[in-house]
Order: sequence, then C-alpha cells, then structure tokens
Amino acid sequence: MRSVYISRATAVAARSLDGEMMIMSAKDSTLFTLNPVGTIIWQSADGKMPLAEIVKQKICVEFDADPAEALKDAELFVSDLASHGILVMSDSPIAQPELHSKTVTRGS
Amino acid sequence: MTHEPATAAGQGIVIEIGGIPIQVRSESPEFLRMLEERYSGFLNCEAHPVFEFDVELVQPRRISEEDDVVVSFDSGRWLIERGDFRAEWEPETRRGKIIQSANPYSIDSVLRIVHTLVLAREGGLLVHAASAVRNGKAFLFAGVSEAGKTTLSRLAPGDVTLLTDEISYLRRDGGRDGGRDGNGYAAYGTPFAGELARAGENVKAPLAALYLLRKGTENTIEPVRANDAARMLLENVLFFACDPNLVGMVFDAACELVQHVPVYRLTFFPDARVWELIG
Repeated sequence: MRSVYISRATAVAARSLDGEMMIMSAKDSTLFTLNPVGTIIWQSADGKMPLAEIVKQKICVEFDADPAEALKDAELFVSDLASHGILVMSDSPIAQPELHSKTVTRGS
Repeated sequence: MTHEPATAAGQGIVIEIGGIPIQVRSESPEFLRMLEERYSGFLNCEAHPVFEFDVELVQPRRISEEDDVVVSFDSGRWLIERGDFRAEWEPETRRGKIIQSANPYSIDSVLRIVHTLVLAREGGLLVHAASAVRNGKAFLFAGVSEAGKTTLSRLAPGDVTLLTDEISYLRRDGGRDGGRDGNGYAAYGTPFAGELARAGENVKAPLAALYLLRKGTENTIEPVRANDAARMLLENVLFFACDPNLVGMVFDAACELVQHVPVYRLTFFPDARVWELIG
C-alpha cells in the first residue's frame, strides 16, 4: 500500500479558536472549520509523517478508533481538503515552509 | 474632528472617514458640491490627505464589463471596477483616479473599498453592522440584511449617538482614547448609510462589545464562543480584493477582534426595550 504524505498549503490562514481549527483559503476566502479529529490531522500535516502513521499514532490513541476505519475516514478527509487547496497530498515526503498559525483561546 | 466646509468647489475636498483623510479632486464644481453635501459631516479641509483621487467625469454609460465589484492588484496599483466606475490607485504614490459619471454612489463604493484595503493592513475592519455610542462606549450590531440593523438604529433612545446603521468602521486604537477600556479597538462614525438614509455622526469611541443580531419574540443576550464569533463576524466583513496576503490579514483581524472584544448573540423583539440591555 502506498504511503500518503500531507502538508498544509501555504495560501491559507489558520487559527485555533477555543480548540477548534479555523482555516481560510486565501485564494477564495472559503472558511473551513475542523472537528477535533480534523484538527489533529491538520496540525500533524508536516509533510514528513505518513497519513497512516498520523492516524495510528495520534487519532487511534486519542479517540480509541479502529485503525482501518479511521484511516479510511482520514483519507477521505484529506482528499476533500486537498481538493479545496487547503492541504497538499503526495506519495513522497513534502518540504514545508514555516506557516503563520496561531492558537487563540477565550472564555466567553 | 473638524466639521468645517471643505475647499472651494472646482478644486478638491478632503473626506475624512475613520481618521483617514482622502482628497477628492474634480474639474466639476457641481460634482464637488454634491459630494460636500453627501459627506458634510466628514469634511476636513485642515487635514493633510493621506491619499488623493482625481475624478474624471464621463457621461452615464457602462464603464466596465464587470457587474460585481472586482478588485485586483497589478504592477503596483490597485484596479477597482464595476459597471458604473473604474478606479486605479497606487499605494506607493498615494494617488489614484476614478472614472465615473456625476453620481455620488460610484465614488461612495470606491471609498469603501479603499478603506477596506487600508484597514486590512492595520488590523481594522469594515463590517456590515450598525454601531452606536452610549455612555462613551461603542457597540456594534452585526448582521445580514433583515437582521435588524436599521430597526435597532431607529429604536435608539436620545442618549445614543448613531455611528451608522449599515457599515461600521473599526480600527485598532490601543494607544489613545480608543484603548481606555483595554480592548484596543475604536469604532468610528461613517457616512455609509443603509435604509435609515442618514449618515452617522463623525465621532469615535472605544469598542465595548459586538452583538450578533437576530430578531425574536423576546430580548436576550448570550455570550458567543470565539470560534463561532469569528465565523459570524467574517460573514459580515466587507472585503473585495482577491489578494491572498490581504485575505489572510482580514482573517487574522477578525480572529484578533473576537479575542479582545466581548461578543454576544443579541436576540431582540423590535421595540425600544431592547436598548435597556445595551450600555
């Protein structure tokens, strides 16, 4: 089975607000909000760790999920984000520039 | 802020909105007089203009093929166009040119867009929102059409100063009186009117709260989580440029604002009692 590597696209602005990752495409201003699983995948998308490892080491541990099912869902998720230009997918590691990303929390 | 008449017609006037003076020049005294009347509360002949625009008046006709506003940046200049106008603006020289017919609406759109471009770089925003000052503090009421911006403005009691019923103007202003309450944002009055058809007062005040409007059967106020607040605020931000850097700045500005300013969902029944909850 081929490995899938994922990297965050550069033309995006992203913030974690109250534990929820919000991402805006700088190209068309589309706003995406990620659930906790999606947020972990996004934060792990460093271009170095294969998606299967992200799922195994982080998703399954955090959410007690079935590895095969979780990987299938993760592949659908990253394909969707890639189709919107939010993530970059490759079958080999991806060199990734430093991203401008901030974490913000506020009680309200 | 000064509210004195501008320079003589036939030369130019300085329209200062949000503390940013912009000079508008035209060969037509009639056109300048029309602008003086429209922006009467926002003229400041003593201010040194930050930007200058020459307006070339043409006969009413379709000037651009674009139905919607298109804002693009190319070769060091912004190009802003819509069917009824075409404007160019060079940030470096701080000069621009507007081609339009002798109507007040085209230049009004250009001014709004220029202000969004300027504000994006400094963390400020133009927001589809009514805003008002009460007890020295500014309150923003954001919402799409029919959410109640004009209704709420009409219901405002006498001790409330309306900044606008349609387009609110926010700047980061932590260093001066805008930052007294610690939020670091100030709301300014604008001449950009909605259904109320009345320009706001040309004053500013520190922003105390942002309310997300919704009409209902009773008056309630609920806190809104920062992520929901950012999402709803972004839905109401005016921004037109397809520029990745500036889009990122606007996103950051909205996220920063909801981090520093309390945001509430204001559900209101449209009568004057709603103002008992504000200020």
